[in-house]
Amino acid sequence: MKHSSLFQAFGAVIKRDLSLAYRHRAELINPLAFFVMVITLFPLALGAEIALLKRIAPAIIWVAALLASLMSIENLFRSDYDDGSLELMVMTPHSLSVLVLAKVTAHWLLSSVPLLCIAPLMGLMLHMDSDVIGVLLLTLLLGMPVLSLIGGIAVALTLGLRKGGALLAILVLPLYVPILIFASSAVDAAMSGFPISGHLSMMSAILFLAITLTPLPTAAALKMSLS
Amino acid sequence: MLTKKLEARNLSCIRDERVLFSELNFVLTSGQVLLIEGANGAGKTSLLRILTGFRKPDDGDLFWDDLLIDDTQDFYQDTAYIGHNNGLKDTLTAEENLRYAQALASITATIDDALEQVGLNGYQDSLVRFMSAGQRRRLALARLLCTHKPLWILDEPFTSLDRASIKLFEQFITAHVMQGGLVIMTSHHDTQLPPSLVQKIHL
Repeated sequence: MKHSSLFQAFGAVIKRDLSLAYRHRAELINPLAFFVMVITLFPLALGAEIALLKRIAPAIIWVAALLASLMSIENLFRSDYDDGSLELMVMTPHSLSVLVLAKVTAHWLLSSVPLLCIAPLMGLMLHMDSDVIGVLLLTLLLGMPVLSLIGGIAVALTLGLRKGGALLAILVLPLYVPILIFASSAVDAAMSGFPISGHLSMMSAILFLAITLTPLPTAAALKMSLS
Repeated sequence: MLTKKLEARNLSCIRDERVLFSELNFVLTSGQVLLIEGANGAGKTSLLRILTGFRKPDDGDLFWDDLLIDDTQDFYQDTAYIGHNNGLKDTLTAEENLRYAQALASITATIDDALEQVGLNGYQDSLVRFMSAGQRRRLALARLLCTHKPLWILDEPFTSLDRASIKLFEQFITAHVMQGGLVIMTSHHDTQLPPSLVQKIHL
């Protein structure tokens, strides 16, 4: 009899979530389409004010990314809760927080990586300079995993509620604010030619803090939802 | 298989200020089935959720091999569970579902053998979505067979099964117990399990 290793279990959770997403491709497009549409509406609404557009472009992209992430995070544990596979995930000899981290990683791969790929194009559309686009991508790369990790806690907490959507947003948005502030001030600094290393270090610190700390309350909340 | 023992001391469960059961004691050792009976709402599922560790008993303790089940991870090393829901993913195939279960637990019997045993041979690549309720139940049973844990906890395992499948299920339960396994189950149906193996709790 061979017990599976934690590493195997971690890989299996990611692999399962990726193949599930592949079988529901249409749902995968939703947040991406939302992201693109929100950003496209801004130039139309602002008219021919290129200078203004250029100025607020990073903020537009970040807010759109944040809302797109919030949109997709809702389903992180929902289907597992409904079909009983969450019970199986809890009843493994492995640490639940590590498996939670696997689920969040899969969510990040599925929701944030496509946004990261299309964000430079959106930046060009909003007349951003190419070096500022680089900084924007860096902040998205560091910041979006934090959004998924923090969102995971709130999703786990609202799992028992049938209509947890609005409550989820209320719980999560205040926690998203610090990362939004650091990201936009990093891009602002880059636009005015100031060094950005301070902002990026702060964001990396938040990211590592989130990776180590958020899976614990998420796992605890998941266990609570089963009792 | 080593001898294992599950012991409950003075368990009680209170829900909505109603006492579902209290001062519940039992000892279940290898080679025994614990059948939990009771009317609807008597607390069968609540007891099962306490035994799976999802819910803390309002009073009393549970011991697995004489060790208090506090940190559930060692206990889960030895436990397999089928709940009201089968815990299967609709859009994965039968084989993918089992492979995932094995990756989380342990790899013993091959998946093909397990599917063959529950009469689902040839369904390896069928999506669970297209299976009947009874077939899903049997696939969940195959999960027990291919992860090979000593303690099985089954919540109403016979729902949506036909007569032949119930018989099959009972055969596997008996065989598992004969090999030194332990089974805890709730059931509305009269079971045909050998009475010498069965211990009953009436809530």
